[in-house]
Amino acid sequence: MRYQVKKLPIVRKQYWLSISLILLAICTFMGQAYSVELLNVSYDPTREFYKAYNQTFIEYWQQQTGETLTIKNSHGGSGKQARSVIDGLQADVVTLALASDIDALNRYQTNISPEWQSRLPNNSAPYNSTIVFLVRKGNPKQIHDWSDLIKDDIEVITPNPKTSGGARWNFLAAWAYARSTYGNDEQARTFVTKLYQHVPVLDTGARGATISFVQRGLGDVLIAWENEAYLALKEQGGDQLEIITPSLSILAEPTVALVDKVVDSKGTRKQAQAYLEYLYSEPAQHIIAQHFYRPVNPEILKQYAKQFPEIKLVTVNDYFGGWQKVQKAFFSDGAIFDAIYAEIN
Amino acid sequence: MKVVSFKQQRNIPGFNLTLGYTLTFLSLIVLIPLLGLFIYSTKLSFHEWEKLLISKQFLLALILSLSTALISAGLNSFIGLLLAWVLVRYRFPGRKIMDICIDIPFALPTAVAGIALTAIYAQNGPIGYWFSFKIAYTPIGITLALLFVTLPFVVRTLQPVMADLPREQEEAASLLGASPRKIFMHVILPAILPAWLTGFTLAFARAIGEYGSVVFIAGNIPFKTEILPLLIVSKLDQYAYDAAAAIGITMLLIAFILLFLMNTLQRRLNRNINKNN
Repeated sequence: MRYQVKKLPIVRKQYWLSISLILLAICTFMGQAYSVELLNVSYDPTREFYKAYNQTFIEYWQQQTGETLTIKNSHGGSGKQARSVIDGLQADVVTLALASDIDALNRYQTNISPEWQSRLPNNSAPYNSTIVFLVRKGNPKQIHDWSDLIKDDIEVITPNPKTSGGARWNFLAAWAYARSTYGNDEQARTFVTKLYQHVPVLDTGARGATISFVQRGLGDVLIAWENEAYLALKEQGGDQLEIITPSLSILAEPTVALVDKVVDSKGTRKQAQAYLEYLYSEPAQHIIAQHFYRPVNPEILKQYAKQFPEIKLVTVNDYFGGWQKVQKAFFSDGAIFDAIYAEIN
Repeated sequence: MKVVSFKQQRNIPGFNLTLGYTLTFLSLIVLIPLLGLFIYSTKLSFHEWEKLLISKQFLLALILSLSTALISAGLNSFIGLLLAWVLVRYRFPGRKIMDICIDIPFALPTAVAGIALTAIYAQNGPIGYWFSFKIAYTPIGITLALLFVTLPFVVRTLQPVMADLPREQEEAASLLGASPRKIFMHVILPAILPAWLTGFTLAFARAIGEYGSVVFIAGNIPFKTEILPLLIVSKLDQYAYDAAAAIGITMLLIAFILLFLMNTLQRRLNRNINKNN
């Protein structure tokens, strides 16, 4: 009898606990019914930018429609993020580093219209970037252009193109420079082979390479995204590092798309579409520039000319014939990148 | 000898229930995911398998993974033996804290360990600075990272066995005039050998598959410092699930064979001990 008396208060506590849990669940459910939630699956170095952009867009959308949006972001390596969406992560929009990563969403089932890249202006790239060099303050090794990277005592830091989207841009930029300087593909290959002989460590991602260069003091030059280089400069206070713009580089076009399969099942097409279209608006283009991506709006780009020096840029589509070709010719198993390493060793 | 019937020995009731529970759980957590691995790898034709397995890049990565795992597990067997001995046989201030520290590699995210080790052993790091040769970004660095993650395995398997060793046997041997070396070789070692072997095997198996801590310190240069798990990740990044599964299966088979051999050896040792007793 005494045992039962003792036990009773606990039972009562559990009873209240379950009631409050049920209420909480109902509230969450109701809340979800009234506010629309978007998930943006993006890659690593856009973290800071999308945090700022989401806020602006939520305010804009509230003014336009009176609807309160909740926007969540997921960041990681571009290829890994694409894989999560393929495996069922319910992303309303994807904003990845390479068009080929978005194309990959259709690898096993059709998640997205194959014509996605023509649905938004400018090849679905609302901002772009390029590849530049980051060197130690004062440029002690006198690095000014790609040809300086293969001098005897230079160590170059760049991630592994097999695991990093950013590293593929680096590789192609070097290739494009060599081909237009020395004349043909064969000489470009010799140049790039020499370049990779100067690489002591291949990190798996762009952030890792930046850490190796900035924090471990490894290497003399980091080949990096322009925005990543500016971020590193900002974090280090600019007194240890310097950005060098080479004579020729590649136009990196991170692309955005809405995932048809998900927005149709969630009923968020309208919001997702607006979220992407607003990236091309004037306020958004300013945020883009402030986060060191090059805005596609030429007027606004001009206003930030100090930050983005003019540079001869080639595009993957014109110069290499598109990502699908590039992937096959350069980075798939047994292709040029593998052959280069087989040759070095 | 009295024959003990099975029925009387069961302390947990319901053999059918417990067996069902075991099978369900094992299937959900281990067997079905592994089956998926096998199914993915069957998408690869025999020719593709062959090409994958004899490629220089794969073989060199395999050799690197196996050799660093073997070296680190081997080193850890001795370091772990000493650590376990100290923790079991001596009483000193801070022993409890040291005991807890042994478990840190179990709890810490391996990537954190990898980043910390790289920072310390890189050439501008506080320890790496004093060495004339490179530690981080070489196989030495890989071995160091593996030493860190596999340390608890040997210590934790040896500790209970050592604690149970009857002191009387050692004292008797000592009274009969055996030297400390002889006591260790003939009294202590045979008793702890099976547990020691288990610890080694666990550490070795863990080291082959380790990714998180190694990838930061390895350097990842193809043909030189590229470990096998990195090769799998790079296949996955190219959406080549089947090739990644194939490498996974190969690693699994190697690990299975090794574990099987170790288990057989261990069983034989146990039988010998039981005979002698």
